[in-house]
Amino acid sequence: MTNANLRRALLSVAAPLLALLVAVALTSLVLLALGDPVRDVWITMLSKPKPRQLTNIVNGAIVLYLSAIAVAVGFKMNLFNIGVDGQYRVGSFAAALFAGQAWLPGILNVIVAIIVSMAAGGLWASLAAYLKVKRGVSEVISTIMLNAIATGLVSWLLLKVAVQEAGSNAISTKVIPESSQLAGWKLIPGESNRVFSLLALAVLVGALYWFILGKTRFGFDLRATGSSETAAVASGVKVKRMVMTAMIASGALAGLVGMPLLFGQDYSYGTTFQAGLGFAGIGIALLGRNHPIGIAFAALLWSFLDTQANALQIRAGVAPELVYIIQGIILFAVVIAYEGTRRLDVRLEQQRVARELAALRAARVTEGAAA
Amino acid sequence: MRPLLKVAAVISVGTMALAGCGGSTSKESTTAGGSSSATSGSATSSSAAASDVKVGMAYDVGGRGDQSFNDAAAAGLDKAKADFGIDIKEATAVNGENEAAREERLNQLVDAGYTNIVAVGFAYAASVGKVAKENPDVHFAIIDDASDASKAANVAQLTFAENEGSFLVGAAAALKSKAGHIGFVGGVNVPLIVKFQAGFEAGAKAVNPKIKIDSTYLTQPPDFSGFGDPAKGKTAAEGMFQGGADVVYHAAGGSGAGVFTAAKAAKAWAIGVDSDQAKTAEAGVRDVILTSMLKKVDVAVYDYLSKAVKGEAAAGNIVYDLKADGVGYSTTGGHIDDIVAKLDEYKAKIISGEIKVPATM
Repeated sequence: MTNANLRRALLSVAAPLLALLVAVALTSLVLLALGDPVRDVWITMLSKPKPRQLTNIVNGAIVLYLSAIAVAVGFKMNLFNIGVDGQYRVGSFAAALFAGQAWLPGILNVIVAIIVSMAAGGLWASLAAYLKVKRGVSEVISTIMLNAIATGLVSWLLLKVAVQEAGSNAISTKVIPESSQLAGWKLIPGESNRVFSLLALAVLVGALYWFILGKTRFGFDLRATGSSETAAVASGVKVKRMVMTAMIASGALAGLVGMPLLFGQDYSYGTTFQAGLGFAGIGIALLGRNHPIGIAFAALLWSFLDTQANALQIRAGVAPELVYIIQGIILFAVVIAYEGTRRLDVRLEQQRVARELAALRAARVTEGAAA
Repeated sequence: MRPLLKVAAVISVGTMALAGCGGSTSKESTTAGGSSSATSGSATSSSAAASDVKVGMAYDVGGRGDQSFNDAAAAGLDKAKADFGIDIKEATAVNGENEAAREERLNQLVDAGYTNIVAVGFAYAASVGKVAKENPDVHFAIIDDASDASKAANVAQLTFAENEGSFLVGAAAALKSKAGHIGFVGGVNVPLIVKFQAGFEAGAKAVNPKIKIDSTYLTQPPDFSGFGDPAKGKTAAEGMFQGGADVVYHAAGGSGAGVFTAAKAAKAWAIGVDSDQAKTAEAGVRDVILTSMLKKVDVAVYDYLSKAVKGEAAAGNIVYDLKADGVGYSTTGGHIDDIVAKLDEYKAKIISGEIKVPATM
């Protein structure tokens, strides 16, 4: 049994490594075909990050991690929440609006604003959940539509409440008071920029995700519904309620995505707030196999690629969009590799069982002969 | 998850990522070089010798080749390179990036030894301010921002009085409109474009207080597709022409092409923006372009760099207004030859301060 576990662990590490190698090889081919400097690109991409860049990589990963966890909660139940992108923007806007009013002092303002963001994200997701449960609308369709509606709604509201600094052409919500701006942690020595304080939030969310899904009755029901709905129904799980709960939980977690950016970097929600984090989260959840540790590695890898890509056009003369190609190929390769290793695992397991059965039968035969 | 769902997931992610790449946050276009320009309110200090100047350009999303705002800055850079033989390096923003990525881009250029870094677009405001303060020996310029966020002793804030240029084309529209009914098409509803609208409407009303003005915006932020979607521009302008308008001004970057097409079909006038579009638009629609409001981003970039080469480091807010010839109107095609005298009268009044042009609605 330990042998099988070890094999499984090795296979699950081998799959993403293989996917990475395939991505490097295919990207090199693309570069060769277009006549770009393959060597310079990889030297730049794989160069050792400076302390400043390390900080950026960690900060990027924190945000991506939260997004991927939000997506993974849905995935665990076979719910495909593409709406994280809209949910986090609705949530961030609501939180920025709330925190900007400075009704509460210091850290209390941060905590309540985070709750506001979760509530807004959860409410937004509940629309899709309601449509799925009551009207049978696929959450894939409804969440994509709700993303578009979120874009329109938030920009319309932003124009209503926006303040504009003198001489600036950007608009944003009121800047949150200085006492509620989180200074960050000096984890990486040698540079002035800091790691988001809300790294703590990401760690907490990861731990809760692991505990609730893996160690509680609710988590079991959720995973059971994801694996086989009919079996779950037979064992007494109220599937509709589970869909509703999982979708809203996913949306509430999506509400956390923008919080490190809001309190650690931008201090307001405006036209330059980072977009598209929800879609990155889908890829990272897949790459990390919905596992809290796996997602952490995947988020760090994603953020590493994003950050290193910035130097591509300056040091290698290649457009940074190349990194999208690398990320896309990694995703394809990893899905194929996971499926490949799963089949390999099944086959090896079948062979092992067959061998043991054969040995058992042989032993019986010899026993019989002896008697 | 089942394998099929996994594949579906990958495809969806890919599609979303691609869809996200469609928009461009930039606007406007310029290729024509303005004749001359002056600056106001600039401080100078000594800096590197001419041969030491190395220029790093950080473009907004879209970068060089967007036939728009970034291209205008690139034109100024190219001219400076040709005239002074300076070493240049260009880097472009990625759609949907965060503040850290913008800072990192500027830091990369600093690390690579570039002495003068030009950030194109107001999205860089906070990052320019931060990186400039951390690197007091490097000189920076930012286009379209004059806020405290980007303010530093080594930052030149290059801004334009788009409202003053728009006032003049607004007056031209009112003078040329037979119906007493004109229109304005803005690309994206951001303060920068509202500045165009405010000037345009003020100019038109100065000529004819009773004039009817239809104004609309193609998209709302953060959807910036309104700067690059001719179909949206065409629909908006068609509506205005059908409603009785006979001159439509656009401040919508690439979407303006649709406004010109609509004007051609309606046998009416359109007014271009940023560059002399009677020279740069599709050949078939150039004859419907009454005039264009010129915003000389290329001149601003060239001015900044030519000073840098001379060893002067521009800093502070440098305003390119009517007085400095940083904005204006074009006369290509001769369609407004009969009213140039009238427009120049307004221009003189704005320069003298007799007319104050509003910048907000």
